Amino acid sequence: MPPKRQTIRDHTAEANLVARRTFVSIVFVCLLMAVIIANLYQLQVTQHEDYQTRSNGNRIKVLPVAPNRGLIYDRNGEILAENRPVFSLEITPEDVDDLDSTIERLAALMSLTTDEVNDFKSSIRRQRRFKPVSIRQQLSQDDVALFSAKQHQYPGVSIEARLSRYYPYKDTLTHMLGYVAKINKRELVKLEEDEQLANYAATHDMGKQGVERFHERTLHGEVGYQQVEVNNQGRIIRVLSFEPPLPGRDIVLNIDINLQKKAQEVLAGRRGSVVITSPIDGGVLALYSSPSYDPNLFVHGISQKEYNKLLASKNSPLLNRATQGRYPPASTIKPLLALVGLEEGLIDETTEIHDRGTYRLKNVNHVWRDWKKYGHGTVNVTKSIEVSCDIFYYDLAYKLGIDRISSSMQLFGFGKRTGIDLLEESSANMPSRGWKRARFNEPWYIGDTIPVGIGQSYWNATPLQLAQSLNFLINKGQRHTPRIIKGYMVEGAIDVLPVEMQSPIPIVNEHNWDIVLDALYGTVNRSHGTARGAFKDTDYISAGKTGTAQLFSVAQDAEYEEENVSARLKDNAMYVGYAPYDNPEISISVVIENAGGGSSNAAPAARIVMDYYFSEIKPKGITLKTKKNDAAITGPAQASLSTVETITMETSGG
Amino acid sequence: MAEAKFTTIKTTMLERLHIDGFLLFALLCLMGVGLVTIYSSGGQDWDLVNRQLTRLGIALIVMFILAQIPPMAYRRLAVYFYSFGLIMLILVLLVGVVGKGAQRWLDLGLIRFQPSEVMKLAVPLMVAWYISKFNLPPPSRNIAIGFVFVFIPTILIAKQPDLGTSLLVASSGIFALFLSGMTWRLIGFISALGGAFAPIMWFFLMQGYQKQRVLTFLNPESDPLGSGYHIIQSKIAIGSGGVSGKGWLQGTQSQLEFLPERHTDFIFAVFSEEFGLIGVIGLLFIYMCIIIRGLMITNNAQDAFSKLLAGSLTLTFFVYVFVNMGMVSGLLPVVGVPLPLVSYGGTSMVTLLAGFGILMSISTQKRMMSR
Repeated sequence: MPPKRQTIRDHTAEANLVARRTFVSIVFVCLLMAVIIANLYQLQVTQHEDYQTRSNGNRIKVLPVAPNRGLIYDRNGEILAENRPVFSLEITPEDVDDLDSTIERLAALMSLTTDEVNDFKSSIRRQRRFKPVSIRQQLSQDDVALFSAKQHQYPGVSIEARLSRYYPYKDTLTHMLGYVAKINKRELVKLEEDEQLANYAATHDMGKQGVERFHERTLHGEVGYQQVEVNNQGRIIRVLSFEPPLPGRDIVLNIDINLQKKAQEVLAGRRGSVVITSPIDGGVLALYSSPSYDPNLFVHGISQKEYNKLLASKNSPLLNRATQGRYPPASTIKPLLALVGLEEGLIDETTEIHDRGTYRLKNVNHVWRDWKKYGHGTVNVTKSIEVSCDIFYYDLAYKLGIDRISSSMQLFGFGKRTGIDLLEESSANMPSRGWKRARFNEPWYIGDTIPVGIGQSYWNATPLQLAQSLNFLINKGQRHTPRIIKGYMVEGAIDVLPVEMQSPIPIVNEHNWDIVLDALYGTVNRSHGTARGAFKDTDYISAGKTGTAQLFSVAQDAEYEEENVSARLKDNAMYVGYAPYDNPEISISVVIENAGGGSSNAAPAARIVMDYYFSEIKPKGITLKTKKNDAAITGPAQASLSTVETITMETSGG
Repeated sequence: MAEAKFTTIKTTMLERLHIDGFLLFALLCLMGVGLVTIYSSGGQDWDLVNRQLTRLGIALIVMFILAQIPPMAYRRLAVYFYSFGLIMLILVLLVGVVGKGAQRWLDLGLIRFQPSEVMKLAVPLMVAWYISKFNLPPPSRNIAIGFVFVFIPTILIAKQPDLGTSLLVASSGIFALFLSGMTWRLIGFISALGGAFAPIMWFFLMQGYQKQRVLTFLNPESDPLGSGYHIIQSKIAIGSGGVSGKGWLQGTQSQLEFLPERHTDFIFAVFSEEFGLIGVIGLLFIYMCIIIRGLMITNNAQDAFSKLLAGSLTLTFFVYVFVNMGMVSGLLPVVGVPLPLVSYGGTSMVTLLAGFGILMSISTQKRMMSR
């Protein structure tokens, strides 16, 4: 059958068959073309905007630009923290013809170490070829000069500058000024919580300590943005737009760098702190903690070895003793207790006690001793301060009771942070019944109250708290918050920040305050005063109070013998004081650890600093203009207590 | 008068050269579009354009030569050509050169030879020859034998692996069978069989990377930087082109190199980005002109062999277009099929224009046969 069919072939039928199939094909082709066009319509018309956005997202990158960090000046316009260009030698592999020979020649020229070369070689492997990689960071001036002269021989190699924080006064300001260093993970989390992450997108470093940390927001500024077109490898093809960053504000501190240096000098080789504040506005003129360290070490990342050395040091250089050191305030708080006793009416000018060197309570089998073995004889309130009589204050503390002592001393700032513009601050401890219950689950015993009268027992305070309480006293209850920052530098003049004040301490009788201040005068200027020796023949009249904090409990019937006590348990020497007496400009708080008596160790140190202030600093005045009146305050500050209010009003306007 | 005279001379000249003027014009238009787009997508590199021009020249010469050979000769040579191709395919699997992860080339010293390209022509020739030996429509037995002719090379090419070419080879043979009038019942049955076969292919035959391609096709956004990257960037290029396009040399997706395979398989995305929907419709119009012309030639061809061959070559050309545009715009999984006559590249260009040479031979030599 098939062969037969084969012979008769119907060409027309076959042509029709193929024609029909061809027609079906055309229909299919048209249908599928329609599908293609419909899909393209969907992509290019319906979803065009979406894809347009994604296309721009591909090619347009927004690069954050870090703002320049604000500078920090002292009250005279001396730069304390600056941004210095650091130079690094960078190689862009793509632009180098023969990388190996270039590195070899460069190594010979710049005497690169094998470590540097190896680090570089491993890091270029992780980088795009057009991204510059640094082979040496922090070039010295000599390195820069050396390479600059030969730069033309090294295509693809360049010196790049970027700004990095530098502290020219090194260890003089460390605890107060702090430092910046690389932002860590914990800080990133914090920035995210504060919705500041975007603002820090281009920032490497942030304030870690001190003023740099406290005023971080002010100093940092606002991030800028650069819109760039990039290719698929991220190479920048061109800049589309640029929104410049807003630099951080330059700030001016109340600090006087020369006074600060003097404070450092008197503490050289000793552990302790010096805090100098202005009773006029609470401004901090100097705040030094010894020993210190160089903050520049931290800016570029301190080595673990060096950091461990700082951490492990017995002298705790990382601690800011001025605001974090907790010391028994010892006799320095006697004037405050005397004031409370007077204001409470428990004692008056005529109240006298007879000090024979010991104090006993009825029914208590304990003897409290005066620092002077056989006592001071007949002592009134003025003399009690001048000679620093202990028995008077054992008795006064007994009469006041812990509740009144505790609440009144809290008014003077004890047991609370001062609110200074530093985050590294301890509230130290003002003991109370409630505190002892919470801390030891024990009731307050009457025996606990007696040593509180001489600033011992559970009471401790920071040197800054001591300075602050003295300012409250000499301002008769006016309370300025201690401030390191003075204002902002604007066009070469200072825009002064308003002074912060707390509600004043209520006065019962102003005469009581005068009694106490007079006793502070006596301590320095009258024949039996404990600070008389230290302040003999000064050109100015000062007042103050010494203190000797006992760190070693002497057994009931033993005597404190200096030679037998190890160096670490020797008394802390303390002094608080101010000058001029009738027109206070500066107040000082000195604590020197394990130095011995306050009169012979802390007071002389305080005198050196005060002498320096009155001979070198006060005559020159402040050189930096304030923005408000545009006139330089050249003469010595002539403020007195009575004009404090006016100044406050004036400055708060700025 | 002179003008009219010139036209007549021209037609007769083209006829004497066995060139289909309309088809040639459309092909040259496509090549022009291709060169313009290659210049843009290749980073305005004249070298690239010159190399493509050389290839086009060679391919046009091949086309011209093949147009001179009468259809009867193709018919006689079909079996030898097919057998030669098959041997080459087997050789390539045994001693072929590995390139781009697939074993596709035979190294003949001076030139690298890709036997799968031969099969793009040999399979339709073979099937058309075999089916047209008998009356149309062919009985099922002949259809089955036809399928054997199709699937032996298809499977060999798929094993290289070269999914795109095997797809084109398979469709060229199947189109010849379809045009020969295989019954719709059989078409339905084979489709159903194919559907049933798909899961078997998925689980037993497909390789990991092939499965990955299918998965990527189904959801490219699942791995936007990995396997989905090509197709996502391509869709962004097309979509962002909009109606009027970003302008020649202005396509950011291509100029900034976000788009992969810019001047080869994904050149359609570059074109769509720079010339927009309007340009794309113009391009599709040229393709449609070529396809319609091819199908007209099919219809006007003198004998069954010529009809089946011309139809299958034309429809395979359409498959090129459809698969390439489909994969670049995310309708189909990514298989390596270039956009015919536009994409940069040599081998497929020669094969394609060789096919058009055969088509022109069928178109222009029918009268001679009928005489």
